[in-house]
Amino acid sequence: MQDLASAFATALALIAAGDRSVAQIVLLSLRVSLTALMVAALVGLPLGALLAVTRFPGRRVIVVVLNALMGLPPVVAGLLIYLLLSRSGPLGPLGLLFTPTAMVIAQAVLITPILAALTRQVLEGLWDEYAEQLRSFGASAARAVPTLLWDGRFALLTVLLAGFGRASAEVGAVMIVGGNIEGFTRVMTTAIALETSKGDLPLALALGMILMLIVVAVNVLAQGLRDAAGRWTG
Amino acid sequence: MRAPDTILPLRTDGLGFTAGGVPILADVDLTIEAGAPTLVIGPNGAGKSVLLRLLHGLLAPSAGCVAWDGPAPNPERRQAMVFQRPVLLRRSVLANTLYPLRLARIAGDESEMRARAALSLVGLAALADRPARRLSGGEQQRLALARAAALGPEILFLDEPCASLDPAATRAVEEIVATLAGRGTKIVMTTHDLGQVRRLAGDVVFLHRGRVREHTPAAQFFAAPASAEATSFLRGELLW
Repeated sequence: MQDLASAFATALALIAAGDRSVAQIVLLSLRVSLTALMVAALVGLPLGALLAVTRFPGRRVIVVVLNALMGLPPVVAGLLIYLLLSRSGPLGPLGLLFTPTAMVIAQAVLITPILAALTRQVLEGLWDEYAEQLRSFGASAARAVPTLLWDGRFALLTVLLAGFGRASAEVGAVMIVGGNIEGFTRVMTTAIALETSKGDLPLALALGMILMLIVVAVNVLAQGLRDAAGRWTG
Repeated sequence: MRAPDTILPLRTDGLGFTAGGVPILADVDLTIEAGAPTLVIGPNGAGKSVLLRLLHGLLAPSAGCVAWDGPAPNPERRQAMVFQRPVLLRRSVLANTLYPLRLARIAGDESEMRARAALSLVGLAALADRPARRLSGGEQQRLALARAAALGPEILFLDEPCASLDPAATRAVEEIVATLAGRGTKIVMTTHDLGQVRRLAGDVVFLHRGRVREHTPAAQFFAAPASAEATSFLRGELLW
């Protein structure tokens, strides 16, 4: 108990002092996860919207596969990306393994299915409402995609949050493809895992608190946006 | 007579629609000409809404066909429809009106001008920047009308536009419909309000159990209905 209290105090001191290595780890975490979120959103949102508005043979299979991939274990995603990027792998010559780019790829692969599956769910309801009117206007399914993405923007914020949460919280994938190299590919989750196993609880705790703080702050921001949207759209 | 640049008359030939084995409409042979509004009436479940959706092309016929006999090309671009429950986008009033214009690739200035003119027509010009879904029921239906009117359709389908509105809002909608009809837009509208038929109709299509029982000028329909069903319907008896 004494240990825990002192670890907690040291953690707070580390945060308050704006420790450089802590700051570096936090910034890299944000950079990797936000970039992964952006890449995944560019693919996942339109894909989910397209699945919401189209009916074609094989669509159900795709939907089931996407839903299943939502539960893809991060270590498995990491392993697959590792195999692709390793020196003998098909993308080996790019030399991306153990770089932040590899971590972005791994997280993007991990959360794209989540974004696509949730987007489809959110927009399917909206499409039920809009379909007849949009068809009356002569809008094709492809043209309906941007309309739904825009009109569902506040609901999709929650989808993006889920994706960001998953990306920033996972350890397995970034550990495998990033290698947890100090000052280069060490992010909050890998650092917490490492420091905990080394017994350096204050640093692990400090990073843990910052991670929680970021997650809470992002959610507060999103809730505020949603409330404002609710007042606006009714 | 309208200018030769027209998609009318609209003609159906043996039009029928079946949903899951249940016949909804059968043997509908109608010719809808340019001119005063055509009102489609009949008891609930007679097939009024389905008929409008078939004519507008939202449903594919199970039998027969819908033909635009006028010489003008692209009939699908020269019609619009307003639904019983207005479907408004989660955007401002003005953005809602602009949406179909942009979709029809009408240039920015022109579409802005048309949208604002349509909003003035329905008395919503002052609310242009309001979120559409915050409007009252009557205002929402007027916005749906403005959005359709901005497209400048030659024919406008209205599916029970006043079904969930109070008398004041109904009156506002009827005035807009009358104005559009006066400007030469062909109105095809379903209703089960006989007063509305008297106020608006040029001719009446009476549907009962999925079949057209009468298609006559309004005056004749009220003075001397040809079918027993229409006679009881006019007397306010319950048909099913």
